[in-house]
Amino acid sequence: MSSETDHDLFADVDLGWEHRKNRIFLGLIFAASMFGVLMLALLLFDVATDFYVGLTEYNINLVDFFTRDGSRREELSGFRGAIVASITLMVLVTFLAFFVGVGSAIYLEEYAPDNRITRLIEANLANLAGVPSIVYGLLGLAAFVNGIGMGPILLAGAIALGLLVMPIIIVSAQEALRAVPDGVRNGSLATGATQWQTIRNVVLPAAMPGIMTGTILALARAIGETAPLIMVGAIFINRMPRGPFDRFSAMPTQIYNWANEPSQHFIHLAATGIVVLLSFLFVMNLIAIYIRHRYETEI
Amino acid sequence: MSTDVTDRSGPGIRGDGAVGADNATDRRVRRLLFGCAVITVLTTLAIFFVLIDNAASYFFGAKLTEMLLGASVERTVTFTEFFSGTRWAPDHATPGHGVLPIVFGTLAITVGAAFVSIPIGTATAIYLSEYSSKSVRSKLKPTLEILAGIPTIVYGYFAIAFINPVIVAPIAETLFGINMGRYSLLSGMLVVGIMTIPMVSSISEDAMSAVPDDLRNGAYALGATKFDVSTRIVLPASISGVFASYILAVSRAIGETMAVTLAAGMQPQITANPFAEIMTMTAYMVKMARGTTAVGTVEYQSLFAVGLLLFVMTLSMNLLNDWFKRRFQEEYR
Amino acid sequence: MSTEEQSLITTEVQTENTTRADRPDETVLEARSLDVYYGQDQALTDVSIEIPEHKVTAMIGPSGCGKSTFLRSINRMNDQIDACRVDGELSFHGKNVYDEDVDPVALRRKIGQVFQKPNPFPKSIYENVAYGLRVQGTVDDVDLDDAVEQALRGAALWDEVEGKLDSSGLDLSGGQQQRLCIARAIATDPEVILMDEPTSALDPVAASKIEDLIDELVEEYTVVIVTHNMQQAARISDRTAVFLTGGELVEFDDTASIFEDPADDRVEDYITGKFG
Repeated sequence: MSSETDHDLFADVDLGWEHRKNRIFLGLIFAASMFGVLMLALLLFDVATDFYVGLTEYNINLVDFFTRDGSRREELSGFRGAIVASITLMVLVTFLAFFVGVGSAIYLEEYAPDNRITRLIEANLANLAGVPSIVYGLLGLAAFVNGIGMGPILLAGAIALGLLVMPIIIVSAQEALRAVPDGVRNGSLATGATQWQTIRNVVLPAAMPGIMTGTILALARAIGETAPLIMVGAIFINRMPRGPFDRFSAMPTQIYNWANEPSQHFIHLAATGIVVLLSFLFVMNLIAIYIRHRYETEI
Repeated sequence: MSTDVTDRSGPGIRGDGAVGADNATDRRVRRLLFGCAVITVLTTLAIFFVLIDNAASYFFGAKLTEMLLGASVERTVTFTEFFSGTRWAPDHATPGHGVLPIVFGTLAITVGAAFVSIPIGTATAIYLSEYSSKSVRSKLKPTLEILAGIPTIVYGYFAIAFINPVIVAPIAETLFGINMGRYSLLSGMLVVGIMTIPMVSSISEDAMSAVPDDLRNGAYALGATKFDVSTRIVLPASISGVFASYILAVSRAIGETMAVTLAAGMQPQITANPFAEIMTMTAYMVKMARGTTAVGTVEYQSLFAVGLLLFVMTLSMNLLNDWFKRRFQEEYR
Repeated sequence: MSTEEQSLITTEVQTENTTRADRPDETVLEARSLDVYYGQDQALTDVSIEIPEHKVTAMIGPSGCGKSTFLRSINRMNDQIDACRVDGELSFHGKNVYDEDVDPVALRRKIGQVFQKPNPFPKSIYENVAYGLRVQGTVDDVDLDDAVEQALRGAALWDEVEGKLDSSGLDLSGGQQQRLCIARAIATDPEVILMDEPTSALDPVAASKIEDLIDELVEEYTVVIVTHNMQQAARISDRTAVFLTGGELVEFDDTASIFEDPADDRVEDYITGKFG
């Protein structure tokens, strides 16, 4: 067995089939991996062509689209009211969810003792993230729209969305706080600072880029949410909201309304609305990426 | 630091004066922040309360809170009727209160979507974790993240404007001679499947990447091919994380609303025809909310009965996930 | 794997190693001017060595001297590292394993490896040992039980795990885990077993059991062992190769000569503890 020559050295090991099996498998999983990419391309392609056809064949005028509100009549329909409603919603959601969310994260990361209450809060947080968004809409409907008699106003929608994204903000802020090295904290505490002084002056500034990034991504999730808004009654409203206590329809609900119409003109209005919505998402993600890269080296 | 003999309280480390004020602030802040953290718990409790309270009026003719205040209880809808009836039309002149058709809709979409997302997501995860080169990986992962970040309403649009008319309807017509409407069960399955692929692939890939290289090397040294290592070592070793991703994808599919509403329609029926229009629980809720549903009507109440059922279904999925994670912790350290 | 090789495990274990030193050297592995690079760094420089069959060849030297790299070059485990590049020749029975037509998967079925840290798969003891056989598909189910038992006996683990073959390999102690990994390696009946500091993660008692086992294994297999422990090399090996910093093979000779009368001053310094 020690005198085998070159050519029959591995003759007793037939790997032809095994390598074929490996290659077939690779082919299959590569095709599967490309399926997701293909679907994304198809989706974007479909939206883009519908948008283009809308402009050319249905004469959707982009100036009108941005300066008119929704309408029962397709040729008079615009997106202004929905855009204003969505932006107002985002501002309100930021106020409602950012401070409470970051506050919770600070408590959990910096103060919370390892006891049953803390574990309950943490477990509950994981569970909240798994609650379907439509259920937050039901909460908004029963507790705020009808419970305390707010009516189907923008603020009620903002509360539903705020509660929806709160767990996301908390978890991302926790990660940002955890990324701050303990040496920084100890250095501050050793100079005689209290815990809160340490957090306010040292920890929070260091974690802020991460917190901002997480918050923007959470808002990007909120701006596309449709179901909770429909549940609180944000639908069939065509005019621009005149403040947080007015009735409203935001970008995604307006798109839903249009997409559900049988008329092809409305379908193409929906495509145009989707292009605007995706542009918002694109810009928000760019900002998040910019912040992440800008401050990445400083921590 | 001070040699002031009039300070007889010691070297100034007792924490009164300015330090005392700072500490008081610290305690106040701590209480405030604790309050913030408790809001998330209150949210869960509020969801439970609101759903149960309002669902009670669907079954017993009065909310829990109204019962406590002395409202009379009457059985409006029996549980038997709710859980075993096969006609769902609470808003009809002759109402049907059987929830099965819309539960069927939800489960059919979920199972169909799982047939898309689980194999494709798992295969993608194996490709990313075991086979792909660094450069392919650095492009493929962000692309899949984009897929995950697209709002569900856009997927709904994709279904109603592309998947259904361009893919599913021609198949129905040419292969089966069925003239299909705007909505179909099959396109709902497909679109929810597509949107849950990134959940399965990213969570599974995390689990697979966490498998230590020691194990891979051990197998490679025995003359295993990549296929052997992927399927016999990595997949079994990461099975609990992979399974968790499946459960999350299923849970997401159950609660999915806009895409299924626009893809599969609003026709509550139990059918084996994938080209038929059906209705999921979430689609029913959208339908009721769209309408001019007044508080106190049976339609309004039914919204919460269905919502409670939906919440219980997704909650049990999440609890199953928790249990699974604890029970099947990865053994390697 | 031929059937006569299979039977060797069972029949020849008894033949004591009285003849081991007198056996004529048949070269099984031979490196000629082997250079290995990791990206810009050169891990092995112009290594030439002939490793004899059915002997224990030890590789010693300070950490970072390239001795583990050499081991990983033999069964091409370096292929797993993207930035790794190999120049020169490394032959197995006269065939350069870096030739185009050599399949690393086939090669590794001939050359087994035991790692520094015991790395049993998160499977049962039985499945750990059976893994290689299942992967190679060479044994049917009836013979599998038999092969697993033989391998576990060969690794001196059978008596300790008989009756609990279904429990997890991770429930064993560190020394038992390492012997399980040895059983896993010999189950597929390779010709050569590479061992990369197999006892460094173990306590002294467990380590000495492994050393005894190596002494038996060499009757069936060629053993190449990397160790940082010079006493261990002196105890168990027939030949010793000394690597020094820079990935250079400084001296290779009978173990006795290396430790009693090294030719190279740097080796003498290293052996006597002046550096490294």
